[in-house]
Amino acid sequence: MLKVESIHNGIVIDHITQGKGKRIFDRLNLGEVDYPVVLLRNVPSSKYGKKDIIKIENCIDIDMTMLGLIDPNVTINIIEDEKIIKKMKVKIPEEVQGLFKCKNPRCISNTEAYINPVFKLAKSNGTVEYTCEYCEELTSYSL
Amino acid sequence: MSLKGKHLIDPGDFTLTELNSIFQLAEKIIENREDFSEICKGKILATLFYEPSTRTRLSFEAAMLRMGGKVLGFSDANVSSAAKGESIADTIRVISSYSDIAVIRHPKEGAPKLASKYSAIPVINGGDGGHQHPTQTLTDLLTIKRLKGSLSGHRVAFCGDLKFGRTVHSLIKTLSRYPDNKFVLISPNELRLPEQIKEILKKDPNFEIVETEDLESVLDSIDILYMTRIQKERFFNEADYVRLKDSYILDKNKLKSAKKDMLIMHPLPRVNEIAYDVDDDPRAVYFKQAEYGVYARMALMALLLGVN
Repeated sequence: MLKVESIHNGIVIDHITQGKGKRIFDRLNLGEVDYPVVLLRNVPSSKYGKKDIIKIENCIDIDMTMLGLIDPNVTINIIEDEKIIKKMKVKIPEEVQGLFKCKNPRCISNTEAYINPVFKLAKSNGTVEYTCEYCEELTSYSL
Repeated sequence: MSLKGKHLIDPGDFTLTELNSIFQLAEKIIENREDFSEICKGKILATLFYEPSTRTRLSFEAAMLRMGGKVLGFSDANVSSAAKGESIADTIRVISSYSDIAVIRHPKEGAPKLASKYSAIPVINGGDGGHQHPTQTLTDLLTIKRLKGSLSGHRVAFCGDLKFGRTVHSLIKTLSRYPDNKFVLISPNELRLPEQIKEILKKDPNFEIVETEDLESVLDSIDILYMTRIQKERFFNEADYVRLKDSYILDKNKLKSAKKDMLIMHPLPRVNEIAYDVDDDPRAVYFKQAEYGVYARMALMALLLGVN
């Protein structure tokens, strides 16, 4: 079994659905940073069978909306002095802005470049679908 | 309750009480048009039509002129600054200083909502792509109210292009807010009502929808038949349009099984979907409907301008 040291102060992104860890790693630009980070893939999990984990030895801002869109199963653990001081469950975001564009080619937001539409969560059972504030088209999104 | 200064982008922007105030005023105008012939004196309506329209634009112009106001605008995006690349936001900011109220029709969905965010004057959606057409809905509801006596308890069938038909989208969403209306959706499989609209209808625990491709099999149970044109301009592929364009043709013979007091409505223009031999049938009310459109728009503009 691979052994990774625990972190002193930082963040552990746990319960990442197997295979989605790399996407989150890239989205958080963790390949570019100069503090210790580690991406663990295919870690045995009693709950999910296998999971991915990201450990970050630094307190950085995490975009919970973005995480919720990639993988709503994720848990964020904030670590201080090697102890978990806060646990946060990521949720599917109710509103999203700026992370994707409307997929409806007839939508005005794809013609007028200055618009940044808000997408509201319409359905989260089974598929996750959002409606565009302008055209109201129902579209499923994932990052 | 006042509608002064509000926009009308989606029929859902107004409460049922507010919608009712429009119908009440429209009925007063119908009863005594002369009393309202000067109420918009000094007011200017801007008609911003980025997409061809005859009925809606002329109906709005007639409505403003009949109330003593004036009209300016364009009816082709190629002769406006849009052809030079001007944004909708900039256009409406400028038009706000030229006029008191604006109606905008645009091929892109959501364009009137965008305009309303940058406008200092009331903006009315005159139709945006396949999305919404709220003033047609006011027209349709006024017609139903006048000819059926109420807006609830009807079995309403929508026939034709239910996918891109913005008049259908606006009307079915609004009728579902009134109690005890049931819906029959008649369309080719490719032109069925979009899922997002069905999701809205499903929020009503008593909702009832029947979907079919066969008009004749359901005709005898319908109170209001809303026919629509298969819209060539909404298709990306000409072959699909040609295959589907004559899916439904209502004629005198088919009407034999329909109820004696059924209303046959159509937002117009029609192409082939209603045969000319139906026009003389007392159930055919689509030209009356077009007439009511002027009164509905008069009432709407009077209330948004606060001149009623």
